[in-house]
Formats: sequence, C-alpha cells, structure tokens
Amino acid sequence: MSKKTLFDKVWDAHVVSSVDDNGPQILYVDKHLIHEVTSPQAFNELEDRGIPIFRPDQIVATADHNTPTLNQDQPVRDPLSRQQLEQLSKNCKKNNITLYELGHQYNGIVHVMAPELGVTQPGSTMVCGDSHTSTHGAFGAIAFGIGTSQVAQVFASQCLLLTKPKSLRVSVNGKLKKGVLPKDVILYIISKLGTNSGTGYFCEYAGNVFEDMSMEGRMTVCNMSIEMGARGGMIAPDETTFAYVKDRKFAPKGKDFENKVAYWKTLPTDKGANFDKEYHFDAADIEPMITYGTNPGMGIKISETIPADETPSFKKALEYMNFEAGERLINKPINFVFIGSCTNSRIEDFRVAAKFIKGKKKADNVTAWLVPGSKQVEAQIIEEGLKTVFDEAGFELRQPGCSACLAMNDDKIPQGQYCVSTSNRNFEGRQGQGSRTILASPLVAAATAVEGKIIDITKYLN
Amino acid sequence: MEKFTTLKSTAIPLNIENVDTDQIIPARFLKATDKKGFGDQVFRDWRYHKDGSENPEFVFNDSSYSGSILVAGNNFGCGSSREHAAWAIVGYGFKVVVSSFFADIFKGNALNNGLLPVQVTDIFLSDLMSKIISNPQTQIEVNLKRQTISVLGYDAYENFEIDDYKKTCLINGYDDIDYLVNHKTQIKAFEAQKNY
Ligand code: SF4
Repeated sequence: MSKKTLFDKVWDAHVVSSVDDNGPQILYVDKHLIHEVTSPQAFNELEDRGIPIFRPDQIVATADHNTPTLNQDQPVRDPLSRQQLEQLSKNCKKNNITLYELGHQYNGIVHVMAPELGVTQPGSTMVCGDSHTSTHGAFGAIAFGIGTSQVAQVFASQCLLLTKPKSLRVSVNGKLKKGVLPKDVILYIISKLGTNSGTGYFCEYAGNVFEDMSMEGRMTVCNMSIEMGARGGMIAPDETTFAYVKDRKFAPKGKDFENKVAYWKTLPTDKGANFDKEYHFDAADIEPMITYGTNPGMGIKISETIPADETPSFKKALEYMNFEAGERLINKPINFVFIGSCTNSRIEDFRVAAKFIKGKKKADNVTAWLVPGSKQVEAQIIEEGLKTVFDEAGFELRQPGCSACLAMNDDKIPQGQYCVSTSNRNFEGRQGQGSRTILASPLVAAATAVEGKIIDITKYLN
Repeated sequence: MEKFTTLKSTAIPLNIENVDTDQIIPARFLKATDKKGFGDQVFRDWRYHKDGSENPEFVFNDSSYSGSILVAGNNFGCGSSREHAAWAIVGYGFKVVVSSFFADIFKGNALNNGLLPVQVTDIFLSDLMSKIISNPQTQIEVNLKRQTISVLGYDAYENFEIDDYKKTCLINGYDDIDYLVNHKTQIKAFEAQKNY
C-alpha cells in the first residue's frame, strides 16, 4: 500500500468523484461555518436561483466580524452593521441554521468558538468564508477559507469542486527558548519562507515543537498558514487533541467517541510518505519575533535590526511604517496594544498576558484593548481572576469579536499610530485607515503595554 | 456568469507586488449585503487621500491609462478570502488580471466571477509592464481558447495555464453550482456510505 500523508488520508476519504481524470474533484464538506460578512450574497444567490440549502444541520453560524465590543446587550449603533447582523439572523432562521448570535453564551470569533464547542474534529473537512479557517487544521482536519461563490456552492450541495493541492511539510525540532511562544514560531517560519511559499500547497507542521504544544498553541500556528500563502495547515491528531475534543458540546460521546479516536489514530502521516516540499528548522534558532513591514513575512527577531532591500515594494512598506532600514524597534514608543483576534484570543493567551501584567501598571500613553475570542473565553477570564489583574493594571477587557483585527467595527487604530497587535495581518490600513501594525505574541504585546514602548523581552526575562 | 472568449484592450499597469485584498477593498466597505457598488471603492485608500481628494500619484488617477486589463506585480490577491475583492475589480470594469503569481483564494474567486487571472512569467510581466508604462496605448490580446496573451505590434506573447474544466465554464458562462447541483444523487450516495 502506498504511503500517505495526513492530508491525503483526510482528503481521499472525502472525495465524492472527479470531473474527469485530471479535472477538479468533488470534495465533501462535513462542517460549514458562516458569519455575517461573507454569507449574505451567498444566501441571495441561492434564493435567486431557487435552490434550497442542502444540509442546514451541517452549518454553524456566528456573528463576529462586524460586532461592537462594548454594550453588546444594546442595539448595534452602526446601521450598516446592524443590517448585516439582522440579515444573518433572518437567513439562519429561515433556513433552520444554528446561529450563536451576539450576546449568546457560545458567540465568538468563528475560529475560536467552533473548536470550543467541539464542532471542529480530527479527520473532518471544514470550510468558512474566511481565510483563517486554516486554524481548525490544528485538530488534524482539512480546513480552509473559501470565497462567497463557494459558500453558495456548499449551501447548494455540501460540496466544493477543487483541485487537490500539493503537500508541504514544515518540521521544527528542538527546545524553544524562554519567552518564545507559538506565535513566534509561526512568525519565524513565515519570515524565513515568505508570504507566497505555500501558495498551491497544504502544509503539515511536524516535529516535537508542535507535538509539545497545547491545542491553543497549535491553533495559533495553523491560523497563520494562510500568511505564507498555504490554503491550510495541519497537525497530526494525538492524545492532546483527543483530550481537548472529549466532552465538548458537539463531540461524539461514549462508545462513539472511542470509535472515533480509534479512527483518528490512523490519520497521522505514514513513515516515508512523500511531500512535494519540505523545510526543517531548529527550535533553538527562534526568538521572540516582531514585524516591521506591511506583510507578515516582514518579521525579525525582536532584538534585530530592520534589513535593507532596494525593491520598490520593500521601500514602500518601510515608508508606510515610517521605519528605516538598519534601525531597531527596541525602545520605539507605542500608543496602542491589541490582544485579540482568532490568532491569539484564547484563554492561554490571556493567561500569558496576565502573568506578565500582574502587579504592574499599564503605561499612561498606551490604549490597550484585550478582546477575548468568545463568550466562553470571556467567562473563563473572569472565573480565573484574570480580569481583576487586568483591571488593577488599567487594562480594558472588552467583549468578544474580531475587533481591531480588521477594524470593521469601532475599534480602529488612528491614522499614523503604531499598534503592537497579536493579530495576523499587518497590511496597510488593516486596523484602521493609515494605522501601522506590528505583529507580535501576547507576551510581547503585554510587555509593550506596560512599558509604553517595545522592549527586548528576552533580556527582560533573563 | 458572463462568457469569456477573447479580449483586446489597453491595460492599467499596477506596478506593485503583494497587493492584498485589504488594499483592493478595505474592510470598512464589506458591510453590504449585495454585490453591487464595490467597483466604486476598488483600491479606495490608494486612489483617494483620507480627506477624500484624489491621489494624483496613483495610476488609476492617471487618465492616460485605461482598459479592461489590470496588469499587477507578483503575488496578487493575497490575504483575506473576501470575494468582494473580485467583485470590486469586476465592478470597476476589468475582465482580466495579469500577474506572475496569484494567491489561491483570489484566483478561485476571480474565476467564479468571470474575471480571468492570467499568470505569466516574471520576465514577460516586467517586459509587459514597461511596455504599457512607456506607451499607454499598447494593445494586449488575451485568447482563452488558445490560452495566449500577446502584446500587439510586438513579437511578445506567452501561453498561460488554466484548468480545462474552468476554461469550459468561462467559455460557456457556467459556474460550479450548476455542476454540483447536477451531481446530487452521487453526493447523497456518498453520504450514505461514508465511513469516517
Ligand atoms: S479575528 Fe481577524 S483574522 Fe480572525 S476571523 Fe476575525 S477578522 Fe478574520
């Protein structure tokens, strides 16, 4: 029998048929996640063509991109956002789709709430009209973002027409240094490989660094696969995965769960299976990371200097950021800090931040927003006493949502201001028109908020 | 979906790499619940200053360039999966985007909206870019059936790749929904026997 990768196994189990020998394949989708921004036109499309939703019970909806992070119990003020949210509620009701709307105890960022509820399971296929759907690959699922036309296709048939991507494996082995978090690992990988090295590929992360990571950490890593162009990332399911899934709301129960686990154990890549491309990194080379430019590949170790490059795109990026080649970011004053987004808004991220912040005070020049990824994370923050730590240090804990990650709601970074952010994209204007984003881990973000400037966290910890 | 066979047009040269979908259509314009009007906002923050005045340095505001072909730098359409980016480009009047590399999701979104992504080599792209920049009247022909892109009046042409199925869809104006809905019996049979 030929040796198969984790990706092959899951993909092959979901192929309904092929268009012709070399054509695209019909891939069956187990779970379809939707939110308010990329679904309305798909619902319209089906309605216009008189096609019913094929499998409404395999769809889960949440409201996250456009939602306010304050006063969620009150009507949404912005009329366009309100209309989009109302449209989602209407569409879900009409089509019998489960919706965890604003204020619901399970509401949250789609990539935070679905794993929490056990919707995300190993060996399954999942899609969502959102590129960071790659997050769910942390469970050994094939999960990827799709466009709105494809949302309509899944509505109509629970399937997609796709060409099987190529396979890529990134292995990281060794021991991570103090203060190096999963976010640093993925920022490091992207800084080495660039933003389009993964295009056309599905990436598997392998090695003891990922095996030793919690599910939260694995999600942070897989989340950013798209930032190197890969459609998705995956990590082989193991005991850590099974323990996380067990007993969650939508997880299989009892005997059913045991049977599933037995199957999930067959999924890891066979020894000797072939990848189209492979990269290896040594964990000891990774340090806390930070970005200086306008794409996530423009990252350096926090103590390094910004490299020089004569290409117009590079120069344009530095101009936008108002940085110069050869300078360090250490000691740069920062007025905004955002800890949130589907990359780093899980309980573990807030624990890291709280641990650093405890007993310290936020710097006066800093506006710091802590935005949990879901209602459940919010509840846990309160329960574990982390909120008290944040309150005492002068940090503002807001209500769940995408928030300043893409600034569709009121949480915008003003023109020209820098924001040290735990989100995943530092594109021009991503956090508000003219805003300047510096990506980092929750630890670096917390330290920046306390110091009012970027500090060399490695030195600090030692 | 509109059919696509051949197109002869001048082009707009967008000589920037890594154009992400946040630039093509900023998030604040994603609150619409239909597909209309995105063309007016395409590249909004590059076309206009924050005070609403036109940015004369952005190529879209240089009246010497026009046409229904957008020629852009390497790695076009990276970032967010928002199909609004494809709607905005189509809405502005483009039918073809040329680059030496396209992000996966954008490419799929473009094809699903009758917008043809033409991937060429870096050498061809830089030659094409400089020809258009130095002569805005440069005519380009894209022939989908033959899978060629050529610069008229020069001996410059290249073949581009497209998967046969997508090509047939574009030429006939079909989309994937038609195909999938016609396979429901097979999909139901798959559901009945799936063993994972
Ligand atoms: S948090 Fe940011 S990246 Fe994640 S789903 Fe929301 S907008 Fe997208």
